[in-house]
Amino acid sequence: MQYVVIIGAKSLIAQSTALYYAQAGFGIIACARDTQAIALWATDMAIRNSVDVVLESFDVEALESHATWWQNLSGRYDIAGVITVAGFMPSQAQAQEDWSLVQRAIVVNYMGLVSLLNHVANSFEARKEGFIVGVSSVAGNRGRKTNYLYGSAKAGFSAYLSGLRNRLSASGVHVLTVLPGFVYTPMTQGLALPKALTAHPDEVGAAIYRAQQKGCNILYVRSVWRIIMLIIAHIPETIFKRMSL
Amino acid sequence: MHIESWGRYPIVDAKVESVSTLEVLQEVMQEMPRPMIAYGNGRSYGDSALGAHIIDMRKMNKFLAFDAQEGTITCQSGVLLSEILDVAVPQGWFLRVTPGTKHITVGGAIASDVHGKNHHVEGCFSQSVVSMRIMHPDGRIDSTHAGEELFHATCGGMGLTGVIVDATLSLKKIASSTIEQTTIKSPNLRETFDAFEATAHMPYSVAWIDCLAKGEAMGRSLLMVGDFAKEGSLDYTPKASWQFPLTLPSWVLNGWSVRLFNMLYYAKAPRGTSHQSTSIDSFFYPLDSIGAWNRIYGRNGFTQYQFILPKATSYEGLSAILNAIAKSGKGSFLAVLKLYGKANENYLSFPIEGYSLALDFKIEPTLWALLDTLDALVAHYGGRIYLAKDVRVSQAHFEAGYEHIDTFRAYRHREKLENTFASLQSQRVGI
Repeated sequence: MQYVVIIGAKSLIAQSTALYYAQAGFGIIACARDTQAIALWATDMAIRNSVDVVLESFDVEALESHATWWQNLSGRYDIAGVITVAGFMPSQAQAQEDWSLVQRAIVVNYMGLVSLLNHVANSFEARKEGFIVGVSSVAGNRGRKTNYLYGSAKAGFSAYLSGLRNRLSASGVHVLTVLPGFVYTPMTQGLALPKALTAHPDEVGAAIYRAQQKGCNILYVRSVWRIIMLIIAHIPETIFKRMSL
Repeated sequence: MHIESWGRYPIVDAKVESVSTLEVLQEVMQEMPRPMIAYGNGRSYGDSALGAHIIDMRKMNKFLAFDAQEGTITCQSGVLLSEILDVAVPQGWFLRVTPGTKHITVGGAIASDVHGKNHHVEGCFSQSVVSMRIMHPDGRIDSTHAGEELFHATCGGMGLTGVIVDATLSLKKIASSTIEQTTIKSPNLRETFDAFEATAHMPYSVAWIDCLAKGEAMGRSLLMVGDFAKEGSLDYTPKASWQFPLTLPSWVLNGWSVRLFNMLYYAKAPRGTSHQSTSIDSFFYPLDSIGAWNRIYGRNGFTQYQFILPKATSYEGLSAILNAIAKSGKGSFLAVLKLYGKANENYLSFPIEGYSLALDFKIEPTLWALLDTLDALVAHYGGRIYLAKDVRVSQAHFEAGYEHIDTFRAYRHREKLENTFASLQSQRVGI
């Protein structure tokens, strides 16, 4: 059985994505800091789809553990690809006052994933096979005063994925950047989200599976976001700096 | 919010809390105003799961274990039977007992102690329950199995003993997902009975009966018996169901249209005995292929009247009841007759050894008097009414049929459950 590694398996987007791979017959290696919290979900998915669902404890913030962790994991399983869904979005206002939140956002959204994916990229490049899916954010496309501390970490991650795609294309390793836009999840609970721009987790999972299978490079889950971000990217800075977005 | 069951009558305004984990259920159970009642997939016909305070269990739907060697499956109570089939059939297992719809939850199946076409062989759903866990009003969880008081009170106990949270079911080994079916056409009730007795060795049997036929033809029927094929493929890809598109005006179904349907349906079947190979879905769940078929009965909803008579009085009793129905002209095209095996030890389970008839009626003002007449006949012949279908039976007629009702009441009283769990139905029939 070929396995797909999911980093940040507690999130709804991760679980929905995992389901599409399980339905296609892939085993799932579900990685989270607290695997106890996803044990019921994992058993249920394994039974419903007749596939292996393995729980692996993994801490994105424990950078020094990543090399051994990956070596160990890739030695035990035939891994088809790695999908990172882990993320941490602090409130902008609180983060401006509290460096620890900023630091955590940078580590979870950027440093930790880069640390892990460097090892993944090296093994996939060597065997000339595999895929990497990174769930980044449209918040990283252009910094806005309402969300730039989180956004800048995601911007770093998007740039990293872009570079990785460029490097690995020669060895046939596929890298997909996912920009979900707004999604109904516990992370966005309480925010007033415009319906037409907000996807359901299930929709995100389906879109990720399809885009990865087709070999897409950058996925906007709802295509209207591609247009919105195109417009936002083209607003001249002199105007943009005075706007409230 | 407004909530209803399969009969679409009554519609009640209730406080509904949806639960998805044990922890949430524990909180809800403690905070919910009393009395409360658990609600599954809303497929009981009447008011068994309706009340002012409802716990919606459908999202507690995780599989917890599946042993494909031994054929046991453990799941939370909100899992649907259809979901079990999706998992089990491709691996050569089937539900030991299944009713005529697969769109019900495991919790509902236990609470109503449902049965199917193989009651004379395998008994009720509870007889496939290896063990189950029940949450009490204070959040405690107990595990129980056959032989224990909690088990026999809960199976068939209509959700009035606690909330079933999960269960382990024993499955039946199958070699194929194809059913070999035999249809026997009988011209009257006597021959229908003879055909049931003659085919009692077959694991599955049920008869469609023309309840509007009078005189010589009274009780004419199509008896369908069958079993799983001995070999073949285990493929199971359920058909997409066709959704009934509208609520029919309630005049569409009347004595004449039903009589016409029954005549054609009976005439269509080949004379004597015929054989067919068919699928799990068309043999066990013919109506599931039409989504929302309850809308056919119109805006006012419908009810199903199901009773059972002891074998000794079955022929006489059924003749009397069929006569009363034919005379009223209130027919039903879903009239189902079945021979049952021995009763189990649960206090309120419906089946006893004898014949049961189930009939659908659309709700109309003149229906209640007919059903009261039928109640009196059922009581006279020593029979009982099935609570999972009922929406109107009186306390007196209900009590008359259930000899262990006092054991059940005593249990509820001792455990101080009377004001904790109740449905509109339990309040009406006084349990």
